[in-house]
Amino acid sequence: MLLIVASCVPAAVGLGAMGSDILGGTRFFGSNPIKEGEHFLGEWTLRFLVATLAVTPLRALLGWNWLARHRRTMGLFAFSYLMLHWLTYALLDVQLDWADLIKDLMKRPYIMVGMGGLVLMVPLVLTSTRNSIRRLGGKRWNRVHQLVYAVGVLGVVHFWLAVKKDIEDPLIFASIFVALYAWRIWKWRQKRTMRAAATRYLRRGTR
Amino acid sequence: MLIRRAADIASSEITSETHYVNRRDFLSAAGVAGFAALALPHAAFASAAFASAAQDPPPVGRPFGLQKDDKPTPWMDVTTYNNFYEFGTDKADPAENAKAFKARPWTVAVEGLVKKPASYQLEDFLKPSAIEDRIYRHRCVEAWSMIIPWRGIPLADVLKRAEPLPGATFVEFTTLFDPKRMPGQQRAVLQWPYTEGLRLDEAMHPLALLATGVYGRTLPNQNGAPIRLVVPWKYGFKGIKSIVKIRLTDRMPPTAWNIAAPSEYGFYSNVNPEVDHPRWSQAKERRIGEFLKRPTLLFNGYADQVASLYSGMDLRKNY
Repeated sequence: MLLIVASCVPAAVGLGAMGSDILGGTRFFGSNPIKEGEHFLGEWTLRFLVATLAVTPLRALLGWNWLARHRRTMGLFAFSYLMLHWLTYALLDVQLDWADLIKDLMKRPYIMVGMGGLVLMVPLVLTSTRNSIRRLGGKRWNRVHQLVYAVGVLGVVHFWLAVKKDIEDPLIFASIFVALYAWRIWKWRQKRTMRAAATRYLRRGTR
Repeated sequence: MLIRRAADIASSEITSETHYVNRRDFLSAAGVAGFAALALPHAAFASAAFASAAQDPPPVGRPFGLQKDDKPTPWMDVTTYNNFYEFGTDKADPAENAKAFKARPWTVAVEGLVKKPASYQLEDFLKPSAIEDRIYRHRCVEAWSMIIPWRGIPLADVLKRAEPLPGATFVEFTTLFDPKRMPGQQRAVLQWPYTEGLRLDEAMHPLALLATGVYGRTLPNQNGAPIRLVVPWKYGFKGIKSIVKIRLTDRMPPTAWNIAAPSEYGFYSNVNPEVDHPRWSQAKERRIGEFLKRPTLLFNGYADQVASLYSGMDLRKNY
């Protein structure tokens, strides 16, 4: 519960500041609240994605098994922030000019990449219920939810392509994602060699 | 013994009675802003978050090319929302990081293909020209815009005084390079020092201004103190800041953003709603302080004055 409330805080702060800046003439987000608010919500999307992807390594490395319960929550928050980010873009930034939205999508690589990430998240959200795991079966459900790795890549690439010149912030996110993926690849290779060794051992045993 | 004359205290430094009385309100507001600052990177200035235009200095100057509903952008926005990578890449960075910058004494060199090359103390550089206040439209390449009351001298004055030689066709401008005073230069975000350029006929155009102030005041450091270029029909980044060198040449000079991303930022960089930035449309702009977007105008609304400079040119190719 506390986690859910805490996860709502950035959204409340961001939307509150944007609303106050646009309607009340304050400058919490500086002089261009729509752009800054859009970026703010986008960065929080990436943070929640990081949190989601960090659960498994943290469990393995530090034994924080209690995190497992919260992985879905983090994932759903990542999607919620993504929706707020997208709505800010579509409603406030492009102001629902459909021609512009379509042109952006056809012409601008960073928009394509970002939208790609959004689309890939939809099946993850739709199959986030316990029921879906049962229906799909653990193995198939896991396979579907490996899409989250692609979402992470697309999210970082989107951020990277969107900045004008100073790539420091996207670079920070990129390194975190690389670390999270590297751990998984290392784990996966370790498992593979262990399995191969086991097979070899068993074969020798039956000879 | 040095006695400070009363005149040394600028009237702007004296706390007015209303401000004095409002101090308490301000402090409680600052408390709220401070709380927000914990969560919001750009609310770092407690006072800025709640600034109202009522405290702004009045805009002074003759309007140039303004449309009916163009109103000067508040002082607070003009002086806190800046692209000046020499002091950091966030919009709020320059106002924060340029506080300690000493913009005087300052020397400006005029050199290259001129009859009278010279290095001037800023005061001597400005003295021969009449200072003018002009209100211009300002369009950033990032698709936001402002209306800014500049104070300065026509660039043409300076160039004429140096007497360009017949071979001179371009003007190259260079920003100060001093990573100690301009901490942003300690990171290789752009190739330092920042350079910009104009064709000589563009530079001689009466709208091209060397600005030394805004809102009738001395140019704040974050806006490019002590002297910067303003070319209102071009994207804002052409307006090179903190200029130390003006060199006339017979070759198109390299320019900072063109070096950084040649496919995105051309030498000309004239405001043009028809020619998109590769990553975003330039057809519309957000005027700072407004919600609905405005259409962007060809040459930022100065087509009548400057279009002839580019007659016969393919503006798509020469972006």
